[in-house]
Amino acid sequence: MCLALPARIVELLTGDQCRVELGGVRKEISLALVDDAAVGDYVIVHVGYALTRLDPEEAAQTLALFAEAGIDPAGVLAGDGLPAPEAAR
Amino acid sequence: MPSARLAHARPLDLRNGRIELAFGAGGRAMAQLITELFARAFANDWLARGDDGAVLPAPGPGERLVMATDAHVVSPLFFRGGDIGSLSVHGTVNDLAVMGARPLYLAASFILEEGFPLADLARIVDSMAAAARAAGVAVVTGDTKVVEQGKGDGVFITTTGIGALPAGRDPGGAQARPGDVVLLSGRIGDHGMAIMAQRESLAFDAEIVSDSAPLNGLVEALYAAVPAAAIRVLRDPTRGGLATTLNEIATQSGVGMTLEEAAIPVAPQVHAACELLGLDPLYVANEGKLVVLCAPAHADAVLAALRAHPLGTEAARIGAATADAQHFVQVRTALGGRRMVDWLAGEQLPRIC
Amino acid sequence: MKYVDEFRDGTLAAGLARAIAREVDRGRDYAFMEFCGGHTHAISRYGVADLLPANVRMIHGPGCPVCVLPIGRVDMAIGLALARPEVILCTYGDCLRVPASEGLSLLKAKARGADVRMVYSAADALALAVREPAREVVFFAIGFETTTPPTALVLRQAAAQGLANFSVICNHVLTPPAIAAILGAPEVRRLGSVRIDGFIGPAHVSTLIGSRPYEAFAAQYRKPVVIAGFEPLDVMQAILMLVRQVNDGRAEVENEFTRAVSRDGNAKAQAVVAEVLELRPSFEWRGLGALPDSALRIRSAFAAWDAEAKFGLEDRPVADNRACECGAILRGVKQPVDCKLFATACTPENPMGSCMVSSEGACAAHYNYGRFRDSEALPAQD
Repeated sequence: MCLALPARIVELLTGDQCRVELGGVRKEISLALVDDAAVGDYVIVHVGYALTRLDPEEAAQTLALFAEAGIDPAGVLAGDGLPAPEAAR
Repeated sequence: MPSARLAHARPLDLRNGRIELAFGAGGRAMAQLITELFARAFANDWLARGDDGAVLPAPGPGERLVMATDAHVVSPLFFRGGDIGSLSVHGTVNDLAVMGARPLYLAASFILEEGFPLADLARIVDSMAAAARAAGVAVVTGDTKVVEQGKGDGVFITTTGIGALPAGRDPGGAQARPGDVVLLSGRIGDHGMAIMAQRESLAFDAEIVSDSAPLNGLVEALYAAVPAAAIRVLRDPTRGGLATTLNEIATQSGVGMTLEEAAIPVAPQVHAACELLGLDPLYVANEGKLVVLCAPAHADAVLAALRAHPLGTEAARIGAATADAQHFVQVRTALGGRRMVDWLAGEQLPRIC
Repeated sequence: MKYVDEFRDGTLAAGLARAIAREVDRGRDYAFMEFCGGHTHAISRYGVADLLPANVRMIHGPGCPVCVLPIGRVDMAIGLALARPEVILCTYGDCLRVPASEGLSLLKAKARGADVRMVYSAADALALAVREPAREVVFFAIGFETTTPPTALVLRQAAAQGLANFSVICNHVLTPPAIAAILGAPEVRRLGSVRIDGFIGPAHVSTLIGSRPYEAFAAQYRKPVVIAGFEPLDVMQAILMLVRQVNDGRAEVENEFTRAVSRDGNAKAQAVVAEVLELRPSFEWRGLGALPDSALRIRSAFAAWDAEAKFGLEDRPVADNRACECGAILRGVKQPVDCKLFATACTPENPMGSCMVSSEGACAAHYNYGRFRDSEALPAQD
């Protein structure tokens, strides 16, 4: 219910403000809710405020988990194993 | 210029002057506006004659006439990649082009708000003239009215165009058949997001440029590449985006459509700006893109012709029409699942949820 | 976009789909509720249902702050904006089209002359008040715990600046009480009725509140909770983790969104909220009824910036259409297609109940993204 996106801090500004960049789009947002943020950090941005820092190591680990889950250990399912939409219903 | 020059006390002050009610009153002030601003910029014999209408030559043998009209109320008036002037030329040129016609003549009517800066108007008119020249059309007649301050958004422009439709060409929204291939001339969402980027309340900074452009050259390239009958539908998706255009075609033709999300080109910055605001690029306005539905045997040739043209370098095959009694437009998402793309319900607004 | 695109990758999705298919027990069904409207939206928009086996069903929860916003609260804002020309009513885009009483919405009120403006951020509303000292800027604030800290911040700033022409209508609601309401509902407790085997916990709410608040539910109701990130791969991984918990007979709180969620959440944000806002003893949720300790109001110390106090606003409850099944749908008892009004009288253009009002409501998501499946005579999955 809360549209929020990871964005990279590219510039710290006066007060609690900073500029972030996401896919080539820049926006000025507030760091009032996050301590010790630095240029280069990724933060989750919602309604013009950073909610928290994003941990790059955890992100990498999560992606690794996805990849690992996809490996079929015992070749249990025949072929692709992916349920075809029609067959599954 | 006419032999009897009107004696104006001073030329228009295009730097600091503003539109006054007198400019629309039909008298000397209006004549001056027409002569020094419009006729000067559009520079053709029809306007130079100063008559109430333009006499046009008959179309060639076998050709039929096509007429189209568009009103332009865009705000802001000036944006990255264009302005209301160039937009008004491209909009009507494109309406004619997607009918398969060669755009030839435009009429332009202006509703100006009292107090509107002449400098801005000059800029807009010069932009229209340049756009018309580039598109190969002439602005042959027009009209000017002035409304009181507060009753208009600066300027509204309506353009009406006439084109010539060569024999044998008959694209139409009802012509699509199951199996027809759906192609797109390039990236979607540029215009709408360029406009959004200038809205103060959203305040993001991205180099997104409107794609406003005349499509008649691109359309001619298509007709040069494949038999006319192979081109079933031509459309330019404007307000409401690609999704609205495809739903219109699906309904008119009584078909469904299946698209590949991964094949639909979107500029990275447009993608990011849409994500930030919670918008779907499929519903964002375009002003210089072509949708083509063609017979499957000619799809490769159509794609090649699009890509060979400067306005179609990012062209892509994005899907196909299907037999579907419900006329749904479906998308296979990047994830591999399916969703439908429905008609737009009201204007798409940025969301926080 | 970094940290977004990688989490939407089709190849990884296929792998996760295979894993889920491999690990489900074919002899039973699984029903999981994704609480958060953003997850509902992600599931529908990416067609995640197509990648799940037939015996895994997703139930769409009430975590959509626009959906659960009572009509009476919107009426309050519309009434204020129409009655007082000096008021500039600011709100997020999501609220503008919510239909209220007498055929009005905030957008329609604007057409009638009310000064209603969309803002992207609470800070924009505050800045507007500073720029327009002769006007009264009223910010209509909605949202779960994610959206609350910005409102608290601007209230604190307004107080610090002594800004006399700024106030807030506070509609902020809380996630744990809503989950409790769903879990405590008679249909859920009664065996053989709706069964929810586990929850996908909200992504961004959890960055604020942490994973700790869900531990009580897991323990008390013996239901697993997996907090999932916002992207479709996050959701699929969370479903896999829930399947594993159910198969193992576990009922724990697990965190899939480790890149942004910790056990304790954002203490700084929590402190700001606690300083400015407090619990309302009771608050009506559209579709769920009145829930105790489920929403926030502005503390008396900040009463000068509380629009309800400042303008003496009255909150009059408005009932939904009798045929509307939102209450049952929000609890997972019924699906959109079970409602007589769905896609007939009730559409996104003309929403009659909470589930259709916002694009993340269960009915709107199904209508916009999934209703083509109904005509394919498949059991509706979204």
